[in-house]
Amino acid sequence: MSIIEVNKLNLFYGNFQALKEITLRIEKQKITALIGPSGCGKSTFLRTLNRMNDLIDDVRISGSVKISGNDIYGSDVDLLALRKKVGMVFQRPNPFPLSIYDNVVYGLRVHGILDKKIMEQKLQWSLESVHLWDEVKDKLDQNALTLSGEQQQRLCIARLAVVEPEVLLMDEPCSALDPMSTAKIEDLMYELKKQYTIIIVTHNMQQAARVSEYTGYFLLGELVEFGETNQIFTSPKDSRTEDYLTGRFG
Amino acid sequence: MQRHFDEELADLNKEILRMGGLTEESILKSVEALKARSAEQAEQVITDDKKIDELELAIDEKCLDLLALHQPMAIDLRFVTMAMKISTDLERIADLAVDIAQRVLQLADKPQLKPLIDIPKLAALAQTMVKEAIDAFVRKDVELARKVILRDSEADNLRNLVQSELINDYIAKDPSTAPRAVALLLVARHLERICDHTTNICEDVIFMVEGKVVKHHLEILHEKQNGGSK
Repeated sequence: MSIIEVNKLNLFYGNFQALKEITLRIEKQKITALIGPSGCGKSTFLRTLNRMNDLIDDVRISGSVKISGNDIYGSDVDLLALRKKVGMVFQRPNPFPLSIYDNVVYGLRVHGILDKKIMEQKLQWSLESVHLWDEVKDKLDQNALTLSGEQQQRLCIARLAVVEPEVLLMDEPCSALDPMSTAKIEDLMYELKKQYTIIIVTHNMQQAARVSEYTGYFLLGELVEFGETNQIFTSPKDSRTEDYLTGRFG
Repeated sequence: MQRHFDEELADLNKEILRMGGLTEESILKSVEALKARSAEQAEQVITDDKKIDELELAIDEKCLDLLALHQPMAIDLRFVTMAMKISTDLERIADLAVDIAQRVLQLADKPQLKPLIDIPKLAALAQTMVKEAIDAFVRKDVELARKVILRDSEADNLRNLVQSELINDYIAKDPSTAPRAVALLLVARHLERICDHTTNICEDVIFMVEGKVVKHHLEILHEKQNGGSK
């Protein structure tokens, strides 16, 4: 069942067209990987899914993006509610320079949940869901920046999980991590997909092949090919995908 | 890095070609030994099989290295994995040539049962199919691969012809001919199995080039051969 339906999406930065007629459906509670060369629209596309591009001047968008059947570019859309529903994990872990506790409950406070008991329950649940609870339960008032890179990334995911989103957007979430930490985040993604729909942008093709069920290949703002990951990586239909995967691109 | 990987793939292609050449030679020599009733030539086939076994191991090792070190994808992944499977089929084909050589050793000191007519035809067909299967792999020629697969029924027909002749005209009429007749029957069976292995190779070639699985879907090949869809 699809949760996101994108139809003929175009995005312009001024006169430059960064996305061209993108049409695809993202399946619910599956991991979808977006691959392609740098500057070909993967991250731009990811950011259209929670309207992060709205923050950039001179951006024009046409086409439609529906999440759970609702057009997120409708005039009545509450951006705060949209970003609660569609959270984003960035390339570099970006915890606030606050305590671990304050980082996780930050989203709850923003959404008006101030009851301490509820906050603590949700804090523990979200830290447990990213397997960080046992590591930090005795130092919740410690500054989050003292954690390792991989722990910080898991904390950032917990910070999203606490507001119970439906979709997690991950933009190169492991590129700043070593292979062991990457493996932990990948295992976590595998567990998280039971609850969330995950879309990951990655330059690591082995990672895309390992973690995702669906893969889309972007080139020069176009979605060249989209399909089941094993089909894309073993028998891509488009010769441009084949050239990219075999390193004969360009 | 890409150039180095491409060189490795080209080397692998050459190794498969070399193994294919030796395997063809093995079939040729085993059938020549049968026709000449030469134990010496048969022994040579058995000895030469060692080289083919060694090549199979070397190709397997090379493929594993390429998979582990380069983590190929798409056409490259299909090429390396199919090279592994094809080397296994070639090794089995060479083993069947050894089986034929062993039958020759059984028959060499006994009087000839009958002039060989259909077995040499079957042998020539098997040799052609092996050669064309290797050509199809090396040249990534799916049309040739499809043609070879469709010739498998010719091999089945020739094998059946040999079988019914040996059973009806010899074993049934004169049971004392049974040991020689069964040996010849086995030779026909070995040659027919060689043809089966070449069809495996050709199916792998089609998967390697087009990413399509045609194994167990012969109707697709007939459709293609007849120029399109139903």
